[in-house]
Amino acid sequence: MKYDVIIIGGGLSGLMAGIKLVKRGFSVAILSAGQSALHFYSGSFGLLGKIDGHEVTEPLQVIDNLPHNHPYRRIGIDAIPFLAEDAKMLLAEAGLTFTGNHLKNHYRLTPFGTCEPTWLTLTDYASCVHPKKMGWKKATIVNFKGYRDFFPNFLQDGIKANGLQCDIAEIDVPEVTHMIKDFSETRATSIAKIFKGKTLDTLAACINRAAGKSDVVFMPAVVGLESEQPIRQLKDMVIPSLMCVPTLPLSVCGYRSQICLRRYFEKLGGVFFLGDKVTKGFFQDYRLKEIETANLEDIHLRADHFILSTGSFFSQGLVSTPECIYEPTLNADVLQTQTRIDWCSKNILEPQRFMEFGVDTDENFRIKISGHAIENVYAAGSVLGGANPVQEGSGGGIAILTALHVAHSISRFAHIIQRIDQFNKE
Amino acid sequence: MDYQIENISPNNLEDCTKCTICTVYCPVSAVNPDYPGPKKAGPDGERYRLKNASFYDKALKFCLNCKRCEVSCPSNVRIGDIIQMARLKYDTRPVSLRDKMLANTDFMGTLATKFSPIVNTTLKMPVTKRLLHMTMGIDRHRIMPRYTSETFDDWMKKIAPSQDVFKNFVAYFHGCFVNYNNPKLGKDFVHIMNAIGYGVKPLGKERCCGVAKIANKLISEARRDAKTNIRSMETAMAKGWNVLATSSTCVFTMREEYPHLLGIDNTAVRNNISLATTFINKLVSDAKVKLVFRDDFKARICYHTPCHMQKLGWKIHSVSLLNMIPRVTLVPLESMCCGMAGTYGFKKENYEFSQAIGQDLFDNIYRAGADIVATDCETCKWQIEANTGMRVENPITIVAEALDWEATRKANGLT
Repeated sequence: MKYDVIIIGGGLSGLMAGIKLVKRGFSVAILSAGQSALHFYSGSFGLLGKIDGHEVTEPLQVIDNLPHNHPYRRIGIDAIPFLAEDAKMLLAEAGLTFTGNHLKNHYRLTPFGTCEPTWLTLTDYASCVHPKKMGWKKATIVNFKGYRDFFPNFLQDGIKANGLQCDIAEIDVPEVTHMIKDFSETRATSIAKIFKGKTLDTLAACINRAAGKSDVVFMPAVVGLESEQPIRQLKDMVIPSLMCVPTLPLSVCGYRSQICLRRYFEKLGGVFFLGDKVTKGFFQDYRLKEIETANLEDIHLRADHFILSTGSFFSQGLVSTPECIYEPTLNADVLQTQTRIDWCSKNILEPQRFMEFGVDTDENFRIKISGHAIENVYAAGSVLGGANPVQEGSGGGIAILTALHVAHSISRFAHIIQRIDQFNKE
Repeated sequence: MDYQIENISPNNLEDCTKCTICTVYCPVSAVNPDYPGPKKAGPDGERYRLKNASFYDKALKFCLNCKRCEVSCPSNVRIGDIIQMARLKYDTRPVSLRDKMLANTDFMGTLATKFSPIVNTTLKMPVTKRLLHMTMGIDRHRIMPRYTSETFDDWMKKIAPSQDVFKNFVAYFHGCFVNYNNPKLGKDFVHIMNAIGYGVKPLGKERCCGVAKIANKLISEARRDAKTNIRSMETAMAKGWNVLATSSTCVFTMREEYPHLLGIDNTAVRNNISLATTFINKLVSDAKVKLVFRDDFKARICYHTPCHMQKLGWKIHSVSLLNMIPRVTLVPLESMCCGMAGTYGFKKENYEFSQAIGQDLFDNIYRAGADIVATDCETCKWQIEANTGMRVENPITIVAEALDWEATRKANGLT
């Protein structure tokens, strides 16, 4: 089977690149070995929140201070604003609406009640322009009786520190009590499956009762599993402002984002192979010709271009052994320190070097194998080396922007080839 | 330094990172509060069970073995296999008469086809349904599959000489459904293969693939059947024949469940077992054969991905094949479990959950506004037919209906 582009990895990066390319008229297939780390999504995508431990206000102003091999430096400061705008539009088309922009960071409310600088936050999640300008006076935090994946006391402390009055109220929704027998095995997504249709009315009534005279209610993010529609419906029925705060994983908005992006990609005509894995790549003259997969066996997949967006350690885009870190899909070169002792700092809170390890690419994000760039294989997202997404608050931004950048490169390249073909014909 | 690089454990148990992604994709946990969910029933529970068998939770019987947990797992843990193995190992209750009857599809089929007019009429009667519901625990809402009067096997014997004229051959694993309930599907398959230049041979000694026996814990019987099937497939392979089936579950069981759940080594034949749509699609895309379709076959078709088809990852082949029909509009359906899961949905205690699981799928089918639902699994067919009133067919039957036989034979150099 032949496609214009095959994307290996069906998480945030793979899907964003896929959507962009299908929209440009390419035939695209995505291979995804299991579900992605997007299921741990906090509700916000960071572009660049911190540099050397200092908060960043305007990300574009400091991108030049990043190391040369940082993915943002390779995209280039000129391209980022354009790609960032494009991203927001594509996400909205897929049914995911955000507040925020790339010019100036806003703040997301963490489950600990602290505020962290970020780029885009889903409209149902709590965010503010600045921690000291939250815009409310009195808050109520609601939690479900027995629910363990949400910590109202931490949240209360944080919110109070920002000058708000804040109470905690426990609510008991009959439908939740009926469906849930064991809270230790109950994730946010399990509760979210209950909240559709009529149960939303009951929930709204419970929240309104608990909220009293508060002008804002913070609740664990357990509504809106497959789309934003249920949470919008709930917001309409709740009298005070209603804001969701991330819970422990699985994340409701993570599942929602995965589903919305994948459905949009498929709706546009993309092909998504779920639960399949590349078992071998066939190269010729520093080009990847075709791949063999676990499910399709002797029916190989061919493409003009490939994107490697297999994610980081969690998704097995990178694998660590006692001696080295390697990229298991195509055996691409990986940026890493030689000696294992340098991989980590002893203090867990300090930046960890291994977080910066990842696939080494040329200036155009093309992977290298034994030092040779592979002409038609690009890497995107968290499989890339050169950034420390946890320290920088840049994981979401890198995933999205590198994906769109690579999609643009492929599209530009194909356009040039087309022009040459046309010229030759004439 | 001497160390073990790879983490090795049965069914990749130790690779579970407790990420919980599987829990959101489990169709059972979403509707049945008594089911502990794939993570707790699978790798978490297994740790306890390895310590002491008394940790076995009877609620594991609610797992319908759809393997959607495995498809979603980012760490390649065979969660479904862990759960099924635990059921087989630790659930020591004797198998009920009902479960034995549901599981012995071969035996029941042979019996029922002999008296098919009586059996079919009796099974349709409300009084029989109530009786089965009360005495045996087969839910009274279920429509029992109709039995045929002439088995597919008998038909194959009759037409056997006509198959010898071809140069290429495949062996057909018809499965119980084609043999006892829907021989038409088997005949459609034979006609299509003939039209593209392949003779179809019976597998020789064919037993049920074993999926129903595994689900109902009749393991020694399932093993015996599996061994017979593997021997027959080895014989077919020695003659250079591929073994094809028209049921995604039969294929899945023989390829994956034999080694994983029955402990039977199938490496010699595994890659030789394929699904009819996969095999034909490959032939067409490699330009080895041609299919020519009629101009007057027009239909809006939605394709439902059976759970075991999702696990096989071969939806693309069935969909590509249907897409070849010029005037067919294919409406993709979101891949989700229909709730039937073979014998699972027939059981009184599962009926309510079985229906709740399938509800979203039924709604999606209504919304799709299609003429026909295509699917590669017979029990999905029963469930969707019963709940939507739609016509549900195997892609092979649809291709057979749309094919221009004459032109196809000609295009493949046959007269």
